[in-house]
Amino acid sequence: MRAETILNAALLAMLVAVALWAWTADEPFIITLVTKVAIFAIAGIGLNLALGLGGLVSLGHAAFFGIGGYAMGILASHAQSYTPLMEWPLLVEGTKSMPVIWLVAILAGALTALVIGALSLRTTGVYFIMITLAFGQMFYYFAISWPAYGGEDGLPIYVRNGFPGLNTLDPIQYFALCFAVMCAVLLLVARIAASPFGLALSGARQNPQRVQAVGLVPYRLFLVAFTISGAITALSGALYADLNRFVSPTMFSWQTSGEIMIFVILGGVGRLFGPVAGAALFIALEHVLGGLSEFWHIYLGALLLVVVLFARGGLIGLVAGREVAHD
Amino acid sequence: MSLLKLSHVSAFYGPSQALFDVHLSIDEGEVLALMGRNGMGKTTTVKVICRMLHNRGGKVLFDGQDMAGMPSYRAARAGLGLVPEGRRCFPNLTVHENLIAAARPGPWDMRAVADLFPQLEERRSQMALSLSGGEQQMLAIGRALMTNPRLLVLDEATEGLAPVVRQEIWAAIARLKREGGMSLMVIDKSLRELRGIADSAVILDKGRSVWHGAIGELTSDVTDRHLGV
Repeated sequence: MRAETILNAALLAMLVAVALWAWTADEPFIITLVTKVAIFAIAGIGLNLALGLGGLVSLGHAAFFGIGGYAMGILASHAQSYTPLMEWPLLVEGTKSMPVIWLVAILAGALTALVIGALSLRTTGVYFIMITLAFGQMFYYFAISWPAYGGEDGLPIYVRNGFPGLNTLDPIQYFALCFAVMCAVLLLVARIAASPFGLALSGARQNPQRVQAVGLVPYRLFLVAFTISGAITALSGALYADLNRFVSPTMFSWQTSGEIMIFVILGGVGRLFGPVAGAALFIALEHVLGGLSEFWHIYLGALLLVVVLFARGGLIGLVAGREVAHD
Repeated sequence: MSLLKLSHVSAFYGPSQALFDVHLSIDEGEVLALMGRNGMGKTTTVKVICRMLHNRGGKVLFDGQDMAGMPSYRAARAGLGLVPEGRRCFPNLTVHENLIAAARPGPWDMRAVADLFPQLEERRSQMALSLSGGEQQMLAIGRALMTNPRLLVLDEATEGLAPVVRQEIWAAIARLKREGGMSLMVIDKSLRELRGIADSAVILDKGRSVWHGAIGELTSDVTDRHLGV
Protein backbone atom coordinates (compact mmCIF):
# COMPACT_ATOMS: atom_id res chain seq x y z
CA MET A 1 0.00 0.00 0.00
CA ARG A 2 1.29 3.47 -0.83
CA ALA A 3 2.66 5.57 2.03
CA GLU A 4 0.25 8.36 1.18
CA THR A 5 -2.79 6.07 1.41
CA ILE A 6 -1.65 4.91 4.86
CA LEU A 7 -1.04 8.51 5.93
CA ASN A 8 -4.49 9.55 4.68
CA ALA A 9 -6.16 6.73 6.60
CA ALA A 10 -4.12 7.65 9.69
CA LEU A 11 -5.25 11.27 9.41
CA LEU A 12 -8.92 10.25 9.31
CA ALA A 13 -8.41 7.79 12.19
CA MET A 14 -6.64 10.47 14.22
CA LEU A 15 -9.50 12.94 13.81
CA VAL A 16 -12.04 10.31 14.90
CA ALA A 17 -9.81 9.14 17.78
CA VAL A 18 -9.32 12.66 19.15
CA ALA A 19 -13.07 13.35 18.93
CA LEU A 20 -13.94 10.06 20.68
CA TRP A 21 -11.32 10.64 23.38
CA ALA A 22 -12.66 14.15 23.99
CA TRP A 23 -16.20 12.75 24.15
CA THR A 24 -15.31 10.11 26.73
CA ALA A 25 -13.20 12.64 28.69
CA ASP A 26 -16.08 15.14 28.54
CA GLU A 27 -14.05 17.79 26.71
CA PRO A 28 -16.57 19.49 24.38
CA PHE A 29 -14.07 22.22 23.54
CA ILE A 30 -11.70 19.67 22.00
CA ILE A 31 -14.62 18.18 20.01
CA THR A 32 -15.36 21.69 18.72
CA LEU A 33 -11.71 22.05 17.68
CA VAL A 34 -11.79 18.76 15.74
CA THR A 35 -15.10 19.77 14.16
CA LYS A 36 -13.43 23.01 13.10
CA VAL A 37 -10.65 20.97 11.50
CA ALA A 38 -13.20 18.99 9.46
CA ILE A 39 -15.01 22.17 8.36
CA PHE A 40 -11.82 24.06 7.45
CA ALA A 41 -10.61 20.95 5.64
CA ILE A 42 -13.75 21.06 3.46
CA ALA A 43 -13.02 24.71 2.61
CA GLY A 44 -9.43 23.74 1.78
CA ILE A 45 -10.52 20.76 -0.33
CA GLY A 46 -12.71 23.17 -2.30
CA LEU A 47 -9.81 25.57 -2.90
CA ASN A 48 -7.44 22.67 -3.63
CA LEU A 49 -9.62 21.62 -6.55
CA ALA A 50 -9.04 25.03 -8.17
CA LEU A 51 -5.49 25.56 -6.92
CA GLY A 52 -4.02 22.08 -6.91
CA LEU A 53 -5.66 20.62 -10.01
CA GLY A 54 -6.27 23.81 -11.97
CA GLY A 55 -3.39 25.98 -10.75
CA LEU A 56 -5.84 28.83 -10.02
CA VAL A 57 -4.43 30.95 -7.19
CA SER A 58 -7.64 32.41 -5.83
CA LEU A 59 -7.52 34.96 -3.01
CA GLY A 60 -11.30 35.31 -3.13
CA HIS A 61 -12.51 32.01 -1.73
CA ALA A 62 -13.66 33.81 1.42
CA ALA A 63 -16.51 35.11 -0.77
CA PHE A 64 -17.86 31.57 -1.13
CA PHE A 65 -17.15 30.72 2.50
CA GLY A 66 -19.09 33.83 3.55
CA ILE A 67 -21.93 33.16 1.12
CA GLY A 68 -22.37 29.71 2.66
CA GLY A 69 -22.32 31.29 6.11
CA TYR A 70 -24.85 33.98 5.21
CA ALA A 71 -27.08 31.44 3.42
CA MET A 72 -27.32 29.66 6.75
CA GLY A 73 -27.63 32.88 8.77
CA ILE A 74 -30.32 34.46 6.62
CA LEU A 75 -32.49 31.33 6.32
CA ALA A 76 -32.17 30.47 10.01
CA SER A 77 -32.77 34.06 11.23
CA HIS A 78 -36.03 34.24 9.25
CA ALA A 79 -37.07 30.85 10.60
CA GLN A 80 -36.36 31.84 14.21
CA SER A 81 -38.20 35.17 13.85
CA TYR A 82 -41.11 33.56 11.95
CA THR A 83 -40.82 36.15 9.20
CA PRO A 84 -40.78 35.18 5.54
CA LEU A 85 -37.64 35.76 3.46
CA MET A 86 -39.82 37.22 0.71
CA GLU A 87 -43.54 37.41 0.03
CA TRP A 88 -43.64 38.47 -3.62
CA PRO A 89 -43.67 37.02 -6.28
CA LEU A 90 -43.31 33.83 -4.21
CA LEU A 91 -43.65 33.24 -0.52
CA VAL A 92 -40.25 32.02 0.68
CA GLU A 93 -39.91 31.09 4.34
CA GLY A 94 -36.75 30.65 6.36
CA THR A 95 -35.68 27.19 7.47
CA LYS A 96 -33.84 25.46 10.29
CA SER A 97 -33.21 22.34 8.23
CA MET A 98 -29.52 21.76 7.49
CA PRO A 99 -30.02 19.80 4.25
CA VAL A 100 -32.09 22.64 2.80
CA ILE A 101 -29.57 25.24 4.01
CA TRP A 102 -26.69 23.22 2.53
CA LEU A 103 -28.48 22.99 -0.80
CA VAL A 104 -29.06 26.76 -0.85
CA ALA A 105 -25.43 27.39 0.20
CA ILE A 106 -24.09 25.06 -2.51
CA LEU A 107 -26.27 26.62 -5.21
CA ALA A 108 -25.49 30.19 -4.12
CA GLY A 109 -21.76 29.40 -3.89
CA ALA A 110 -21.74 27.72 -7.29
CA LEU A 111 -23.64 30.55 -8.96
CA THR A 112 -21.37 33.20 -7.43
CA ALA A 113 -18.27 31.22 -8.40
CA LEU A 114 -19.61 30.85 -11.92
CA VAL A 115 -20.04 34.62 -12.27
CA ILE A 116 -16.74 35.52 -10.55
CA GLY A 117 -14.92 32.79 -12.49
CA ALA A 118 -16.42 33.80 -15.84
CA LEU A 119 -14.97 37.29 -15.36
CA SER A 120 -11.73 36.47 -13.48
CA LEU A 121 -10.62 33.58 -15.69
CA ARG A 122 -10.23 35.95 -18.62
CA THR A 123 -7.05 36.98 -16.83
CA THR A 124 -4.13 34.94 -15.54
CA GLY A 125 -1.34 35.18 -12.99
CA VAL A 126 -1.23 38.16 -10.69
CA TYR A 127 -4.28 39.76 -12.35
CA PHE A 128 -6.37 36.68 -11.54
CA ILE A 129 -5.21 36.85 -7.92
CA MET A 130 -6.08 40.55 -7.67
CA ILE A 131 -9.51 40.20 -9.31
CA THR A 132 -10.54 37.32 -7.04
CA LEU A 133 -9.27 39.31 -4.06
CA ALA A 134 -11.30 42.32 -5.21
CA PHE A 135 -14.48 40.22 -5.52
CA GLY A 136 -13.94 38.84 -2.01
CA GLN A 137 -13.54 42.34 -0.62
CA MET A 138 -16.67 43.52 -2.45
CA PHE A 139 -18.69 40.90 -0.57
CA TYR A 140 -16.96 41.85 2.68
CA TYR A 141 -17.91 45.53 2.40
CA PHE A 142 -21.40 44.63 1.20
CA ALA A 143 -21.95 42.46 4.30
CA ILE A 144 -20.69 45.26 6.56
CA SER A 145 -23.13 47.72 5.06
CA TRP A 146 -26.16 45.39 5.12
CA PRO A 147 -27.95 46.27 8.39
CA ALA A 148 -30.88 43.92 7.72
CA TYR A 149 -28.59 40.99 8.55
CA GLY A 150 -26.48 42.47 11.31
CA GLY A 151 -24.09 44.64 9.32
CA GLU A 152 -20.71 44.92 10.98
CA ASP A 153 -21.95 43.17 14.16
CA GLY A 154 -22.91 39.99 12.38
CA LEU A 155 -25.93 37.79 12.85
CA PRO A 156 -26.41 35.44 15.82
CA ILE A 157 -28.45 32.25 15.48
CA TYR A 158 -29.69 31.10 18.85
CA VAL A 159 -30.21 27.40 18.21
CA ARG A 160 -28.14 25.21 15.88
CA ASN A 161 -30.06 24.04 12.83
CA GLY A 162 -31.39 20.51 12.70
CA PHE A 163 -30.48 17.42 10.74
CA PRO A 164 -32.94 14.50 10.48
CA GLY A 165 -32.12 11.75 12.98
CA LEU A 166 -29.39 13.71 14.81
CA ASN A 167 -29.18 16.00 17.81
CA THR A 168 -26.88 18.60 16.29
CA LEU A 169 -26.59 20.41 19.62
CA ASP A 170 -24.60 17.45 20.89
CA PRO A 171 -20.97 18.29 19.93
CA ILE A 172 -20.00 14.70 19.07
CA GLN A 173 -23.02 14.29 16.80
CA TYR A 174 -22.29 17.55 15.02
CA PHE A 175 -18.66 16.44 14.63
CA ALA A 176 -19.85 13.14 13.13
CA LEU A 177 -22.00 15.04 10.67
CA CYS A 178 -19.20 17.40 9.60
CA PHE A 179 -16.75 14.48 9.39
CA ALA A 180 -19.16 12.55 7.16
CA VAL A 181 -19.58 15.60 4.90
CA MET A 182 -15.79 15.97 4.74
CA CYS A 183 -15.41 12.30 3.72
CA ALA A 184 -18.12 12.69 1.07
CA VAL A 185 -16.37 15.80 -0.32
CA LEU A 186 -13.01 13.96 -0.33
CA LEU A 187 -14.61 11.11 -2.26
CA LEU A 188 -16.22 13.51 -4.73
CA VAL A 189 -12.95 15.39 -5.37
CA ALA A 190 -11.02 12.10 -5.72
CA ARG A 191 -13.54 10.99 -8.36
CA ILE A 192 -13.30 14.34 -10.14
CA ALA A 193 -9.47 14.23 -10.13
CA ALA A 194 -9.45 10.74 -11.68
CA SER A 195 -12.14 11.53 -14.28
CA PRO A 196 -11.30 12.63 -17.85
CA PHE A 197 -12.41 16.12 -16.78
CA GLY A 198 -9.96 16.16 -13.86
CA LEU A 199 -7.13 14.86 -16.02
CA ALA A 200 -7.86 17.44 -18.71
CA LEU A 201 -7.93 20.12 -16.00
CA SER A 202 -4.56 18.94 -14.74
CA GLY A 203 -3.29 18.99 -18.34
CA ALA A 204 -4.63 22.52 -18.80
CA ARG A 205 -2.72 23.61 -15.70
CA GLN A 206 0.48 22.13 -17.13
CA ASN A 207 0.01 23.56 -20.62
CA PRO A 208 -3.23 25.24 -21.79
CA GLN A 209 -2.08 25.41 -25.44
CA ARG A 210 -1.43 21.69 -25.59
CA VAL A 211 -4.89 20.99 -24.20
CA GLN A 212 -6.43 23.17 -26.90
CA ALA A 213 -4.53 21.21 -29.54
CA VAL A 214 -6.43 18.08 -28.51
CA GLY A 215 -9.80 19.81 -28.73
CA LEU A 216 -10.39 20.92 -25.15
CA VAL A 217 -11.09 24.46 -23.97
CA PRO A 218 -8.98 25.45 -20.92
CA TYR A 219 -11.29 28.37 -20.01
CA ARG A 220 -14.29 26.03 -19.69
CA LEU A 221 -12.30 23.45 -17.73
CA PHE A 222 -11.09 26.13 -15.31
CA LEU A 223 -14.57 27.64 -15.00
CA VAL A 224 -16.21 24.31 -14.14
CA ALA A 225 -13.47 23.59 -11.59
CA PHE A 226 -13.79 27.07 -10.08
CA THR A 227 -17.58 26.68 -9.82
CA ILE A 228 -17.38 23.29 -8.08
CA SER A 229 -14.65 24.69 -5.86
CA GLY A 230 -16.86 27.64 -4.87
CA ALA A 231 -19.80 25.34 -4.12
CA ILE A 232 -17.69 23.14 -1.81
CA THR A 233 -16.25 26.15 0.01
CA ALA A 234 -19.77 27.58 0.46
CA LEU A 235 -20.89 24.31 2.04
CA SER A 236 -18.05 24.59 4.55
CA GLY A 237 -19.14 28.17 5.28
CA ALA A 238 -22.67 26.97 6.13
CA LEU A 239 -21.22 24.31 8.47
CA TYR A 240 -18.89 26.82 10.11
CA ALA A 241 -21.70 29.30 10.72
CA ASP A 242 -23.73 26.50 12.31
CA LEU A 243 -20.79 25.49 14.49
CA ASN A 244 -20.49 29.03 15.86
CA ARG A 245 -24.21 29.80 15.61
CA PHE A 246 -23.03 33.14 14.36
CA VAL A 247 -22.20 34.67 11.01
CA SER A 248 -20.27 37.90 10.47
CA PRO A 249 -18.55 39.83 7.65
CA THR A 250 -15.21 38.38 8.87
CA MET A 251 -16.09 35.23 6.95
CA PHE A 252 -15.73 37.31 3.76
CA SER A 253 -12.43 38.97 4.73
CA TRP A 254 -9.22 38.47 2.76
CA GLN A 255 -7.62 36.99 5.88
CA THR A 256 -10.11 34.12 5.62
CA SER A 257 -9.08 33.56 1.98
CA GLY A 258 -5.46 33.58 3.14
CA GLU A 259 -6.16 31.07 5.90
CA ILE A 260 -7.91 28.67 3.50
CA MET A 261 -4.86 28.92 1.24
CA ILE A 262 -2.57 28.28 4.22
CA PHE A 263 -4.45 25.01 4.99
CA VAL A 264 -3.78 23.90 1.43
CA ILE A 265 -0.11 24.95 1.34
CA LEU A 266 0.69 23.53 4.79
CA GLY A 267 -0.91 20.19 3.95
CA GLY A 268 0.29 19.98 0.34
CA VAL A 269 -1.04 21.68 -2.80
CA GLY A 270 -2.72 19.18 -5.12
CA ARG A 271 -2.66 16.38 -2.54
CA LEU A 272 -6.16 15.06 -1.82
CA PHE A 273 -5.72 15.00 1.96
CA GLY A 274 -3.45 18.07 2.02
CA PRO A 275 -6.17 20.41 3.31
CA VAL A 276 -7.12 17.91 6.05
CA ALA A 277 -3.52 17.78 7.27
CA GLY A 278 -3.13 21.55 6.83
CA ALA A 279 -6.32 22.39 8.73
CA ALA A 280 -5.38 19.99 11.55
CA LEU A 281 -1.91 21.53 11.84
CA PHE A 282 -3.32 25.07 11.70
CA ILE A 283 -5.88 24.43 14.45
CA ALA A 284 -3.28 22.61 16.58
CA LEU A 285 -0.84 25.52 16.22
CA GLU A 286 -3.59 28.06 16.94
CA HIS A 287 -4.55 26.14 20.07
CA VAL A 288 -1.06 25.35 21.38
CA LEU A 289 0.92 28.43 20.29
CA GLY A 290 -2.08 30.73 20.76
CA GLY A 291 -2.04 29.75 24.42
CA LEU A 292 1.61 30.78 24.73
CA SER A 293 1.53 34.05 22.84
CA GLU A 294 -1.05 36.21 21.15
CA PHE A 295 1.52 36.73 18.38
CA TRP A 296 1.41 33.07 17.39
CA HIS A 297 0.98 34.03 13.72
CA ILE A 298 4.71 34.88 13.68
CA TYR A 299 5.48 31.19 14.25
CA LEU A 300 2.88 30.21 11.66
CA GLY A 301 4.56 32.55 9.17
CA ALA A 302 7.95 30.99 9.90
CA LEU A 303 6.50 27.50 9.42
CA LEU A 304 4.89 28.55 6.15
CA LEU A 305 8.25 29.86 4.95
CA VAL A 306 9.91 26.55 5.82
CA VAL A 307 7.19 24.58 3.98
CA VAL A 308 7.36 26.78 0.87
CA LEU A 309 11.17 26.72 0.77
CA PHE A 310 11.93 23.14 1.79
CA ALA A 311 8.75 21.03 1.63
CA ARG A 312 6.82 21.95 -1.51
CA GLY A 313 4.59 18.90 -1.09
CA GLY A 314 3.53 20.21 2.35
CA LEU A 315 3.02 17.95 5.32
CA ILE A 316 1.73 15.09 3.16
CA GLY A 317 4.69 15.37 0.79
CA LEU A 318 7.12 15.49 3.70
CA VAL A 319 5.81 12.27 5.24
CA ALA A 320 4.66 10.33 2.16
CA GLY A 321 7.25 11.59 -0.32
CA ARG A 322 6.74 12.76 -3.89
CA GLU A 323 3.38 11.87 -5.34
CA VAL A 324 3.25 9.04 -7.85
CA ALA A 325 0.39 10.12 -10.05
CA HIS A 326 0.25 13.90 -9.83
CA ASP A 327 2.58 16.74 -8.98
CA MET B 1 -12.53 17.40 -52.84
CA SER B 2 -9.37 17.74 -50.75
CA LEU B 3 -9.60 17.06 -47.02
CA LEU B 4 -7.18 19.93 -46.34
CA LYS B 5 -6.34 22.72 -48.76
CA LEU B 6 -4.06 25.70 -48.20
CA SER B 7 -4.04 28.30 -50.93
CA HIS B 8 -2.01 31.53 -51.05
CA VAL B 9 -1.41 31.31 -47.29
CA SER B 10 0.73 33.94 -45.61
CA ALA B 11 1.45 34.13 -41.88
CA PHE B 12 3.33 36.46 -39.56
CA TYR B 13 4.98 36.39 -36.14
CA GLY B 14 4.29 39.98 -35.10
CA PRO B 15 5.74 42.13 -37.89
CA SER B 16 7.90 39.30 -39.33
CA GLN B 17 6.44 37.37 -42.22
CA ALA B 18 7.13 33.64 -41.94
CA LEU B 19 4.99 32.18 -44.73
CA PHE B 20 4.55 33.60 -48.23
CA ASP B 21 1.96 32.22 -50.62
CA VAL B 22 1.99 28.61 -49.36
CA HIS B 23 -0.08 26.03 -51.25
CA LEU B 24 -0.75 22.43 -50.35
CA SER B 25 -3.58 19.93 -50.36
CA ILE B 26 -4.20 16.48 -48.87
CA ASP B 27 -6.90 14.06 -49.95
CA GLU B 28 -8.71 11.52 -47.75
CA GLY B 29 -6.34 8.66 -46.92
CA GLU B 30 -3.34 10.39 -48.51
CA VAL B 31 0.08 10.67 -46.84
CA LEU B 32 1.80 13.97 -47.53
CA ALA B 33 5.44 14.68 -46.68
CA LEU B 34 6.14 18.30 -45.78
CA MET B 35 9.83 18.92 -46.28
CA GLY B 36 12.32 21.72 -46.04
CA ARG B 37 15.53 22.70 -44.30
CA ASN B 38 15.48 24.12 -40.76
CA GLY B 39 13.70 27.46 -40.44
CA MET B 40 11.90 27.23 -43.78
CA GLY B 41 8.38 27.36 -42.29
CA LYS B 42 7.35 23.72 -41.73
CA THR B 43 6.33 24.12 -38.10
CA THR B 44 4.74 27.50 -38.87
CA THR B 45 2.64 25.78 -41.55
CA VAL B 46 1.62 23.16 -38.98
CA LYS B 47 0.66 25.92 -36.55
CA VAL B 48 -1.48 27.57 -39.23
CA ILE B 49 -3.17 24.27 -40.06
CA CYS B 50 -3.90 23.53 -36.39
CA ARG B 51 -4.99 27.17 -35.83
CA MET B 52 -2.32 27.94 -33.26
CA LEU B 53 -1.32 30.75 -35.60
CA HIS B 54 -3.85 32.47 -37.83
CA ASN B 55 -2.98 33.17 -41.45
CA ARG B 56 -3.28 36.79 -42.52
CA GLY B 57 -3.63 36.03 -46.19
CA GLY B 58 -4.97 33.13 -48.24
CA LYS B 59 -7.35 30.36 -47.23
CA VAL B 60 -7.19 27.22 -45.13
CA LEU B 61 -10.04 24.84 -45.90
CA PHE B 62 -10.63 21.63 -43.93
CA ASP B 63 -13.27 19.36 -45.39
CA GLY B 64 -14.47 22.33 -47.40
CA GLN B 65 -14.89 24.51 -44.31
CA ASP B 66 -13.02 27.81 -44.13
CA MET B 67 -10.98 27.79 -40.92
CA ALA B 68 -10.57 31.57 -40.70
CA GLY B 69 -10.85 32.69 -37.08
CA MET B 70 -11.34 29.14 -35.86
CA PRO B 71 -9.69 28.47 -32.46
CA SER B 72 -7.37 25.48 -32.18
CA TYR B 73 -9.76 23.43 -30.04
CA ARG B 74 -12.41 23.67 -32.79
CA ALA B 75 -9.85 22.55 -35.38
CA ALA B 76 -9.00 19.56 -33.17
CA ARG B 77 -12.70 18.73 -32.79
CA ALA B 78 -13.16 19.03 -36.55
CA GLY B 79 -10.66 16.19 -36.94
CA LEU B 80 -7.15 17.65 -36.89
CA GLY B 81 -4.80 15.66 -34.69
CA LEU B 82 -1.33 16.99 -33.90
CA VAL B 83 1.79 15.24 -32.66
CA PRO B 84 3.80 18.35 -31.84
CA GLU B 85 7.50 18.83 -32.28
CA GLY B 86 9.32 17.96 -29.05
CA ARG B 87 6.64 15.40 -28.02
CA ARG B 88 5.10 17.52 -25.26
CA CYS B 89 3.07 15.06 -23.24
CA PHE B 90 1.53 16.14 -19.95
CA PRO B 91 4.55 15.34 -17.78
CA ASN B 92 2.74 14.98 -14.46
CA LEU B 93 0.05 12.62 -15.70
CA THR B 94 0.54 8.89 -16.13
CA VAL B 95 0.54 7.23 -19.55
CA HIS B 96 -3.05 6.07 -19.04
CA GLU B 97 -4.14 9.53 -17.85
CA ASN B 98 -2.44 11.25 -20.79
CA LEU B 99 -4.38 9.03 -23.16
CA ILE B 100 -7.84 9.29 -21.61
CA ALA B 101 -7.63 13.04 -20.90
CA ALA B 102 -8.11 13.82 -24.58
CA ALA B 103 -10.10 10.78 -25.74
CA ARG B 104 -13.03 11.16 -28.12
CA PRO B 105 -15.25 8.36 -29.40
CA GLY B 106 -14.07 6.44 -32.45
CA PRO B 107 -12.06 3.42 -33.56
CA TRP B 108 -8.93 4.61 -31.76
CA ASP B 109 -9.37 3.65 -28.12
CA MET B 110 -7.04 2.39 -25.38
CA ARG B 111 -6.99 -1.11 -26.85
CA ALA B 112 -6.11 0.07 -30.37
CA VAL B 113 -3.33 2.34 -29.06
CA ALA B 114 -1.95 -0.46 -26.87
CA ASP B 115 -1.98 -2.72 -29.91
CA LEU B 116 0.03 -0.15 -31.90
CA PHE B 117 2.44 0.59 -29.02
CA PRO B 118 2.58 -2.34 -26.56
CA GLN B 119 5.24 -0.46 -24.57
CA LEU B 120 2.61 2.07 -23.51
CA GLU B 121 0.42 -0.66 -22.04
CA GLU B 122 3.40 -1.91 -20.00
CA ARG B 123 3.99 1.62 -18.69
CA ARG B 124 0.36 2.67 -18.23
CA SER B 125 0.80 3.70 -14.55
CA GLN B 126 4.12 5.45 -15.10
CA MET B 127 4.39 9.24 -15.18
CA ALA B 128 5.01 10.63 -18.65
CA LEU B 129 8.06 12.57 -17.48
CA SER B 130 9.77 9.33 -16.45
CA LEU B 131 9.43 7.76 -19.93
CA SER B 132 12.28 7.54 -22.42
CA GLY B 133 12.24 9.87 -25.44
CA GLY B 134 10.93 7.12 -27.70
CA GLU B 135 8.17 6.16 -25.27
CA GLN B 136 7.17 9.81 -24.91
CA GLN B 137 6.94 10.03 -28.70
CA MET B 138 4.75 6.93 -28.78
CA LEU B 139 2.59 8.50 -26.08
CA ALA B 140 2.31 11.74 -28.05
CA ILE B 141 1.18 9.78 -31.13
CA GLY B 142 -1.18 7.67 -29.01
CA ARG B 143 -2.69 10.77 -27.41
CA ALA B 144 -3.31 12.34 -30.82
CA LEU B 145 -4.86 9.08 -32.08
CA MET B 146 -7.20 8.96 -29.08
CA THR B 147 -8.84 12.12 -30.43
CA ASN B 148 -9.77 10.02 -33.50
CA PRO B 149 -8.56 12.56 -36.07
CA ARG B 150 -9.28 12.56 -39.79
CA LEU B 151 -5.90 14.13 -40.46
CA LEU B 152 -2.93 13.37 -38.22
CA VAL B 153 -0.03 15.82 -38.40
CA LEU B 154 3.30 14.43 -37.19
CA ASP B 155 5.84 17.21 -36.69
CA GLU B 156 9.39 15.80 -36.53
CA ALA B 157 8.14 12.61 -34.87
CA THR B 158 11.52 10.85 -35.05
CA GLU B 159 13.76 13.79 -34.17
CA GLY B 160 16.37 13.09 -31.49
CA LEU B 161 15.54 9.40 -31.15
CA ALA B 162 17.90 6.41 -31.26
CA PRO B 163 17.95 4.63 -34.65
CA VAL B 164 16.17 1.54 -33.32
CA VAL B 165 13.40 3.66 -31.79
CA ARG B 166 13.08 5.67 -35.01
CA GLN B 167 12.47 2.42 -36.87
CA GLU B 168 9.68 1.58 -34.43
CA ILE B 169 8.07 4.98 -35.00
CA TRP B 170 8.36 4.64 -38.79
CA ALA B 171 6.84 1.16 -38.58
CA ALA B 172 3.94 2.58 -36.58
CA ILE B 173 3.43 5.38 -39.13
CA ALA B 174 3.46 2.80 -41.94
CA ARG B 175 0.85 0.80 -40.07
CA LEU B 176 -1.28 3.92 -39.61
CA LYS B 177 -1.13 4.39 -43.36
CA ARG B 178 -2.20 0.80 -43.97
CA GLU B 179 -4.89 0.50 -41.29
CA GLY B 180 -5.51 3.92 -39.79
CA GLY B 181 -8.19 5.11 -42.20
CA MET B 182 -6.91 8.67 -41.88
CA SER B 183 -4.81 11.14 -43.82
CA LEU B 184 -1.31 11.83 -42.60
CA MET B 185 0.99 14.82 -42.88
CA VAL B 186 4.53 13.83 -41.96
CA ILE B 187 7.25 16.39 -41.36
CA ASP B 188 10.68 14.81 -41.18
CA LYS B 189 14.21 15.19 -42.46
CA SER B 190 14.66 11.54 -43.42
CA LEU B 191 14.03 11.58 -47.16
CA ARG B 192 14.65 7.85 -47.45
CA GLU B 193 11.90 6.99 -44.95
CA LEU B 194 9.51 9.57 -46.40
CA ARG B 195 9.94 8.13 -49.88
CA GLY B 196 8.84 4.77 -48.49
CA ILE B 197 5.69 6.10 -46.84
CA ALA B 198 4.39 9.29 -48.48
CA ASP B 199 2.21 9.52 -51.56
CA SER B 200 3.01 13.15 -52.27
CA ALA B 201 5.33 15.87 -51.04
CA VAL B 202 5.52 19.61 -50.60
CA ILE B 203 8.85 21.40 -50.18
CA LEU B 204 9.07 24.69 -48.34
CA ASP B 205 11.94 27.07 -48.96
CA LYS B 206 12.19 30.44 -47.19
CA GLY B 207 8.51 30.27 -46.26
CA ARG B 208 7.25 29.46 -49.77
CA SER B 209 6.00 26.19 -51.22
CA VAL B 210 8.49 25.72 -54.03
CA TRP B 211 7.69 22.18 -55.15
CA HIS B 212 4.73 19.83 -54.87
CA GLY B 213 3.85 16.59 -56.58
CA ALA B 214 3.95 12.83 -56.24
CA ILE B 215 6.91 11.77 -54.10
CA GLY B 216 8.05 9.41 -56.85
CA GLU B 217 8.62 12.45 -59.06
CA LEU B 218 10.99 14.06 -56.58
CA THR B 219 14.31 14.22 -58.38
CA SER B 220 17.78 14.56 -56.90
CA ASP B 221 18.05 17.91 -58.66
CA VAL B 222 15.09 19.23 -56.60
CA THR B 223 16.29 17.75 -53.32
CA ASP B 224 19.82 19.10 -53.92
CA ARG B 225 18.48 22.57 -54.58
CA HIS B 226 15.89 22.83 -51.78
CA LEU B 227 16.84 20.28 -49.14
CA GLY B 228 20.63 20.26 -49.48
CA VAL B 229 20.79 16.44 -49.62
